[in-house]
Amino acid sequence: MKSKYRNPVRALESTPLALVRQGSRVKILAIHAGRELQARLAAMGLVPGTEITVISNQSSGPSVVAVKESRIVLGRGMSTKIEVG
Amino acid sequence: MTERSNQLVVALAGNPNSGKTTVFNNLTGHRQKVGNYPGVTVEKKEGICRFSDACITVVDLPGTYSLTAYSIEEIVARDFILNEHPDVVVDIIDASNLERNLYLATQLLDLKVPTILAFNMSDIAKARGMEFDLDHLSWLLGAPIIPLVGSRNVGTDELLRTIISYSKSIDNRTVNRSTQVNYGREIEEEITKIQDYLSSTHSLPDGYDIRWTSIKLLEDDTLVRDQIQSPEVLEVVQQSIDHLRRIFGDAPEIIMADRRYGYISGACQEAVKVSVESRHNMSDSVDSVVTNRVLGLPIFLVLMYIVFQLTFSVAAVPMGWLEAGFIWASRAIGSVWPEGTLLELKSLLVDGIIGGVGGVVVFLPNILFLFLAIAIMEDTGYMARAAFIMDRLMHKIGLHGKSFIPLMIGFGCTVPAIMATRILENKRDRLTTMLVAPLMSCSARLPIYALIIPAFFVRSWRGPILLLIYLTGVVLAILVARLLRITLLRGETTPLVMELPPYRFPTVRGVIIHMWERGFEYIKKAGTVILALSIVLWALTRYPQKEEMDPDLITQVNSSYRNAVMGIDSVITVLEAGTDSDLFKRILLSDLAETDQEIVVRAEIQDRDDTIMRFRGILESIRDARKSFDSMIMEGEIRHETPEYAILRGELFNRLARLERDHGLLFRTALHYEDTVYTQYRDNLERLEAQHASRRLAHSIAGRIGNALEPVLRPMGFDWRIGTALIGAFAAKEVFVAQMGIVFAVGDDDEADVLRLRLRKAYTPLTAFCIMLFTLISIPCVATIAVTIKESRSWRWAALQLVGLTMIAYMITTFVYQIGSLLGIGTGTNLPV
Repeated sequence: MKSKYRNPVRALESTPLALVRQGSRVKILAIHAGRELQARLAAMGLVPGTEITVISNQSSGPSVVAVKESRIVLGRGMSTKIEVG
Repeated sequence: MTERSNQLVVALAGNPNSGKTTVFNNLTGHRQKVGNYPGVTVEKKEGICRFSDACITVVDLPGTYSLTAYSIEEIVARDFILNEHPDVVVDIIDASNLERNLYLATQLLDLKVPTILAFNMSDIAKARGMEFDLDHLSWLLGAPIIPLVGSRNVGTDELLRTIISYSKSIDNRTVNRSTQVNYGREIEEEITKIQDYLSSTHSLPDGYDIRWTSIKLLEDDTLVRDQIQSPEVLEVVQQSIDHLRRIFGDAPEIIMADRRYGYISGACQEAVKVSVESRHNMSDSVDSVVTNRVLGLPIFLVLMYIVFQLTFSVAAVPMGWLEAGFIWASRAIGSVWPEGTLLELKSLLVDGIIGGVGGVVVFLPNILFLFLAIAIMEDTGYMARAAFIMDRLMHKIGLHGKSFIPLMIGFGCTVPAIMATRILENKRDRLTTMLVAPLMSCSARLPIYALIIPAFFVRSWRGPILLLIYLTGVVLAILVARLLRITLLRGETTPLVMELPPYRFPTVRGVIIHMWERGFEYIKKAGTVILALSIVLWALTRYPQKEEMDPDLITQVNSSYRNAVMGIDSVITVLEAGTDSDLFKRILLSDLAETDQEIVVRAEIQDRDDTIMRFRGILESIRDARKSFDSMIMEGEIRHETPEYAILRGELFNRLARLERDHGLLFRTALHYEDTVYTQYRDNLERLEAQHASRRLAHSIAGRIGNALEPVLRPMGFDWRIGTALIGAFAAKEVFVAQMGIVFAVGDDDEADVLRLRLRKAYTPLTAFCIMLFTLISIPCVATIAVTIKESRSWRWAALQLVGLTMIAYMITTFVYQIGSLLGIGTGTNLPV
């Protein structure tokens, strides 16, 4: 069944957050993680549909994203699980 | 729950970094108390606030981003509100980061508890160009809103007034229906359905709000679900969840999170005007340097070095005072104590208690400075950056980025390092770090290295050997950490999800309170265990007693005395002309024995012989000249080769030469007495006393244990003497050196080189290296165990730490010793210095 959070057309244009270039502004499409992790991210403002800006994305290191008014650090393991587009 | 209207309980909730602690401090000042929630390691902070006629107990709940059942902090916060029924909950909101902060607020409002929203940091919000229509927003959200500037204590009074009036007003319990979050048609239908089932089956838990319960059940909240007895309700809930999952393609709780943000966003669009100014501009600029790929790590290391220096060098000054204070105390007791009575009690007080506890309290400046540094790092927001920078490296080891900080601190002292593991939120990370922290070679071990390395290794080898020891510790820590993560503390390192708050100035008061609380805890908890163990160790090294010298020693004492007397006789014979021999002899004998009879005698010879007076005067001059020479050398730390030394020596020489010129024979006789008779006797006496002390120690339980352990220690190349010293060192590593001194009968005044010489004669470099290896790996001191028990909230982990590290120490040291012996490395006994 279709989820309103997964646009099948855009799916082709989605990438893991880990690979997004610094300075880009993207929208979260999906989070491939367990319930607990998703709840944690949600509490920090990261839910599918949210727009974020990538402040820093060093290779093999954590990423820093801007969500509304906050800056969130996401470890590598995390940033590979977040699909953006 | 309150019966009287002037006693209230207020809970403070809010996101981390929202300034909640500052507001808490504003409300309660120093009337705070820190403890633990029962059964968990989460801190419980409470304080009292008196305002108008009310006495308010303020409880600072753990900072959380939401109220799920996933983390212990959230559970604790939620349980407090559900079970303890505070009169009012105040949500401290960072107004400059409004939307995210309101996420928690919506959950609090769902709980249907009287809630006040405090818009903290409203000055920053204003500076960023945010304008709030507080009345409208308050109406939309269904809660009073009070603006605050916590860092300047602005708005506190108004908050208190609102708290008091809100708690009294009757209709605070009926929240305006229209201000609830609307979760959308499909979800609201399911909520209603579940509500119906809950009421019809009467399975609503006591005191829970029915809508809130239904929401939580839909979110599949495990704790709430456990409270539901009725299988019917659970069935319905499951069906609803499945239904919603089919419609939306995601679990309901995700959708609901999204709906909450939609609600918040809507409310903010209506009531908040924002200009483009971001609150992160300054922070971003600083961060571009601080978290820079290239610069980040060096900057971090420099800062860590500064923290280190601050903690151990600057703190050394007050530590010196404390140390001096304790020495003074033990001397004071010693001098005031009536002679010969209750000697055991005196020793217990002076050696056992003051010695042992003093050893702990002496660390207080150390600890305070350390926590000052940590408080500053946390409150400015730098701590988050540090974790970010170290994350990559630490992750490879299986540790969290923040683990680096306690481990760095461990290089100074393990005790504050273990306390510093509090900055790790995840229990597994915290425990792993705690267990490996002792492997960071602490500063107490340095005296041991400083004793052994120069004794056994050539100058060019000394630096590398020391470095090798430190590196071994680090490598072992990494290995043990990985091992722990694979076995006992298994599990993925919690993925790093952390907020980077904007940099801000910490409040002085907040930092001081933070620092003081921790320091005091250290004293209380570590102190009591150490006191007990110090007494035990004191007893072990003292009993059974051996007060009397052995016959062979006594014989030597007597013969030395006889020699001295003969020397005095010869002196008197030389000065025969015009002296009162008996009196002279009595005077010299009392000088030899260093008793106070001189004063009495002085009165007697007032009008008597000139010679005796002059003799004693010359003797005093000689001693005085030498003493001032010695003390100037020591204070100025002047070395033998320097010109200053030559000058001082010249002066001493001149002084003595003048005395000889003026007094001739009398001077030479006095010099002979001083250098030959007196000094020789005293030196012998000291040597024999030291031997006696050494035998006393061997006679004690500790000594016997050392002896008994010898077979076990032999594979490492140790003997009973090292064993005995290690037992004493268990109290504190610094004790090892002192104990070795006693065992090898080195007197108090002898230099360390004497001990080194004796050690080198007794052991090989391989054994020496093994001693250092063993002391590196095994538990540094009793205080470590005490603190581990406290921080891990169970004696099991501390036991594991003790047993584990000791076993690893044993195995590795044995291995090194055996292989080394086999290969013949470092087994030569006469290494040139």
